[in-house]
Amino acid sequence: MPQFLSEITKPGSFKIKNLMGNESTRLMEMGVLPGLSLQVIRKAPLGFPIEIKVRGILLTLREVEASCIELEL
Amino acid sequence: MKQTPKTIALIGNPNTGKSTVFNALTGLRQKIANYPGITVERKIGTSIIGGVLHQIIDLPGAYSLNFKKLDERIAYQTLIGNFEFENTPDLVLAIVDASNLDRNLFLVTQVMDLEIPVVLVLNMMDVAEQKEIKIDVEAISNNLGIPVIPITAKNKNDIDRLKTTLADLDIPSTKPLEWLESFQLRQALGTIKAEWIDPHANLPESAKNTEALRLISEGTFDGAFYEFKEKGKGEEVIQKARSILENAGENPMAAEVLQRYDFIDNVTKDSLTQNNLNGQTLTDKIDAVVTHRILGPIIFVSILMLMFQAIFSWATPFMDFMDLVFIKSGTWIADFLPEGMLNDLLVEGAIAGLGGVFIFLPQILILFLFIYILEGTGYMARAAFVMDGFMTKVGLHGRSVVPLMSGFACAIPGIMATRTIENWRDRIITIMVLPFMACSARLPVYALLIAAFVPATSVLGIFTYQGLTFFGLYIFGIVMALVAASVMTRFFPKGTQTPFIMELPAYRVPKWDVILKNVFDRGWIFLKEAGKIIFAISIVLWFLASFPQVDNTDYAAHSYEGESIKSYQLRHSFAGKFGKIIEPAIEPLGFDWKIGIGLITSFAAREVMVGTLNTIYSIEGDDEDIVTLKQKLINDTNPATGKPVYSVATALSLMIFFALAMQCMSTIAIVRRETNSWKWPTAMFVYMSGLAYICSFLTYQIGSAL
Repeated sequence: MPQFLSEITKPGSFKIKNLMGNESTRLMEMGVLPGLSLQVIRKAPLGFPIEIKVRGILLTLREVEASCIELEL
Repeated sequence: MKQTPKTIALIGNPNTGKSTVFNALTGLRQKIANYPGITVERKIGTSIIGGVLHQIIDLPGAYSLNFKKLDERIAYQTLIGNFEFENTPDLVLAIVDASNLDRNLFLVTQVMDLEIPVVLVLNMMDVAEQKEIKIDVEAISNNLGIPVIPITAKNKNDIDRLKTTLADLDIPSTKPLEWLESFQLRQALGTIKAEWIDPHANLPESAKNTEALRLISEGTFDGAFYEFKEKGKGEEVIQKARSILENAGENPMAAEVLQRYDFIDNVTKDSLTQNNLNGQTLTDKIDAVVTHRILGPIIFVSILMLMFQAIFSWATPFMDFMDLVFIKSGTWIADFLPEGMLNDLLVEGAIAGLGGVFIFLPQILILFLFIYILEGTGYMARAAFVMDGFMTKVGLHGRSVVPLMSGFACAIPGIMATRTIENWRDRIITIMVLPFMACSARLPVYALLIAAFVPATSVLGIFTYQGLTFFGLYIFGIVMALVAASVMTRFFPKGTQTPFIMELPAYRVPKWDVILKNVFDRGWIFLKEAGKIIFAISIVLWFLASFPQVDNTDYAAHSYEGESIKSYQLRHSFAGKFGKIIEPAIEPLGFDWKIGIGLITSFAAREVMVGTLNTIYSIEGDDEDIVTLKQKLINDTNPATGKPVYSVATALSLMIFFALAMQCMSTIAIVRRETNSWKWPTAMFVYMSGLAYICSFLTYQIGSAL
């Protein structure tokens, strides 16, 4: 069972396994690449967007983009 | 750099201090205008570098030349000289955040592919130092093959050093595709170039590699901004190129990006030391409070309330002052010049028109002061994060909240504030629904009608029908805006998928000179560009209400008993006649010709309705207050039927009409300026007024039947 960022409910550190889907190009261009560590910082009041930290950069993603990122279990 | 004047373009990711560099280089020698036909602003200035005057272009912030947003496309098109009457810049200064080097270098490697000379400006060296990031500038320069200048843009000395370094520099042009190692990607790129771009697409030579790479990664022609032929053939070639990669086990969407980052890793391997990137920073600590699930919305609402308070009450003395200045100068000119048409034109047309423009200035300046402070500190992105979940429910963006709420004070600053929304589609929809928010110009109209026709009977002890109606009208405006937004999101083409990935920049102490300059620019743009339209329409409206002129003998012979000359004049003007002509059309809404005239004159500003009714009912001088007018409205009877002209149904219908109709030329003018086309203001006028007509019709018909 692959685990996607969109399914994560609690803050924590993860490792990016893969990126897929239409939104993944921009994420990769912004430096979110397989193999890097990813921190889930928090979720917004209604669950999304989700705030993450990669390479020391804070990014917020909506559910569509979060579901592009597959994490290592 | 020693020779002739040159065009220098600044490019960089958002939040790299690019604007600070631009302002520091150009000082006040800069111009802001819209790019032809689109909503993106172009900033151009001049700077003397090494004794020669250069032109500096500040390109919109971009993460990638593989554009996903209009801003990024504009940046890219400017770099390849694709805009009419523009050439490729002679030099590009790539402004990068030194504390975020690898991510920033991605765009730099793309710019280097365009064969334009590039100088890397490592900005925010102070921040990098604080984060204990060590950068070997010389090694980076050698590895990339371009000059690198480290600066901290807020230090004036650094800007001087940047200029002298640039002046002495011999800048070699860059070699494209240095990052490209993979045999398959090179082959795929060559295939698209040779088999499709070269023979069929009208693109400058230097842009062909970049476009080929874009087509490989996107897989479609979506977003192609150039002329091309043989689309079917093109799609075939794209598939062929992509399958070269796929057969080798590579993902066509990712191949280019991964290789560029491999290249960047090699560039920075021996020249960049950064550790503990994911440690807790001050920004993280502030965010723990400011974006907290419960505290976040509370903080945001508090800031909004403070903004409102400022726009409503702090602006009032300034607005009163403006009003006074224009009334005084009007009276002065009226007394100074001989009576007659010129006098009228100057005082009631021109000066009143100018007054109608300047009156907006205090609210615009105060709102933008807040917005630029919130943007400058980095809070605005947090507010968008906190509110995004709520706004996506109606298809809008978290960034739509501040402009929409500003609409309660006035739609003009609110619409100007939508420029903080990056996504074009979100921005247009926010603009289109924003005038439904009950702005302060509607207040006098609501107040008059509610006082006259809604009983002050109390409900549940603490409320009255009057208060509830007031509240209801505000809620009605919000609901209509949200409904309209969610309907529009269905009709708007999604176009190329625009990503909603938002970066939360590190908190910063805002730079006051930059903020004040930006605020001043917004005010100036409003005066210059929206002001001229507002001014012109004011003159036309003045003309319609003042001509043809009546003379005193006609007035003496034909006026009603007790009718003032002003009222008689208005009744016989073009506006008056037009009010009569449209009477049959507005009768089903419960309106008579007097309201018809008011609907026409209140296009100058909604509150003018009250003044017009005052004139029509011949209320003059000291009597000009709401109580007299209220009584006149209540007492007015239809001569044919002997029944009152205004019923509660009429009043409700009129309030609904004012809540919905596009009754404001200044809004039209600012939408024209912000969207850079007459298409959107026209559409806005038609749909809002149509909706107003239907809703008023239903209100009156149902109201009278009950």
